[in-house]
Amino acid sequence: MASGATMKVEVVSPERVLFSGAATQLITRTESGGEIAFLPGHTSFLGVLTENHTRIFLEDGRVQSVAVHGGFVEASGGHVTLLSDNAELAEDIDVARARAAKERAESLLRGEHEASVAADLRRADARLSATGGLVSK
Amino acid sequence: MAGGQERILRSRIRSVQATKKITRAMELIAASRIVKAQQRVQSAVPYSEMITNVVKDLVAGGSSTESAFLKPREVVKTTCYVAIAADRGLCGGYNAGVLRATEGEVKADVLANKTYAVVPVGRKSENYFKFRGYSLMTPFSGFSDAPKYENAKAIGQYVVDLFLKKEVDRVELVYTRFVSAGTQEVVRRPLIPLEREAVEGGDGKPEGPGSAYEFEPSAEDILGSLLPRYVEARIYAALLNAAASEHAFRQRAMKSATDNAEDLIKGLSRTMNRARQDSITTEIMEIVGGAEALSGANNKTGD
Repeated sequence: MASGATMKVEVVSPERVLFSGAATQLITRTESGGEIAFLPGHTSFLGVLTENHTRIFLEDGRVQSVAVHGGFVEASGGHVTLLSDNAELAEDIDVARARAAKERAESLLRGEHEASVAADLRRADARLSATGGLVSK
Repeated sequence: MAGGQERILRSRIRSVQATKKITRAMELIAASRIVKAQQRVQSAVPYSEMITNVVKDLVAGGSSTESAFLKPREVVKTTCYVAIAADRGLCGGYNAGVLRATEGEVKADVLANKTYAVVPVGRKSENYFKFRGYSLMTPFSGFSDAPKYENAKAIGQYVVDLFLKKEVDRVELVYTRFVSAGTQEVVRRPLIPLEREAVEGGDGKPEGPGSAYEFEPSAEDILGSLLPRYVEARIYAALLNAAASEHAFRQRAMKSATDNAEDLIKGLSRTMNRARQDSITTEIMEIVGGAEALSGANNKTGD
């Protein structure tokens, strides 16, 4: 990657634009294909996202973490746009609440496997991972 | 006796003044909320524009034009109306406008031997149709002041489900569009199936250099999960417009109520002052009359 090359990244939820700025790399996770990284000049791409911890590598070397709970990613012509019903920047996440939600979901899952609970768990994991609060297994 | 009249007027003035305070407060609250609601309408624009663009590109570029959302049904038997009104009254003709427009459509459908389905949004909408004996679908209410995306999502999932189960053949939104603080209009917009014009116009090519999109999963699958989101975004925009309009209507209604209260107070004060003057005059007359009678009597005894 040529140093200094950047792309415009936007994270947009229906209620507001969460993040907009230049970045050198973005890592997110699609529903079927696992993690995917976008670098400047990525080919045009349209994908469905799952609950994940998206990392945006900013120009100054910092990493902006975002918990993205499903949505779409569109890459075209130097733009990467994440459209999500529900996304949270790492600094907006209540870690204690996410941890409690994770525990609740895990204890429920020990009984019966239910899709909505599994989704709750994935959301909690995405939040915790975005805040760095998730101990990697 | 005359003092009684004065007391009654005084208490009426007090009650009108109290009402005026309330309407004035409501006016100010509504005015401040208009601004916030307008901002919310604005901040919802990027998402809905982007999702529209993606849908356009997919429809134009993909082979996926056969989606159920895009094809008008050949026989439209049942039309579903999502009537978006307020939870509360005291906002002038806001509710009546939307509800009358919806009722007109429903009546026209009944005359044309079609069936209808009404999804009322907002308590006033629900009560209006319930009271008039229309058959209702699930009502949604409790958020007309400041709708959240979850509310739009709930409504969206419900109507998409109705449509896919073929309980209804088309879905229309009836709401009040917020044009500016001074202008709002009741509009009826088709929601599902999506209008051709709404999704056409994309070139199917991503902007900038490069070839066509890479999809993951397939374009059809993406469109399948994108279109419900698109419907939700449309509903969300409608809810936000409706909320902003509601505040604008309420502000106007409360302003005229406040002005009217001022007029009433002015009129009542005048009547009260006249009554007081009357009673004072009467009292003076009585005193003067009494004094004269006394002095006449004194003169007589003095002789």
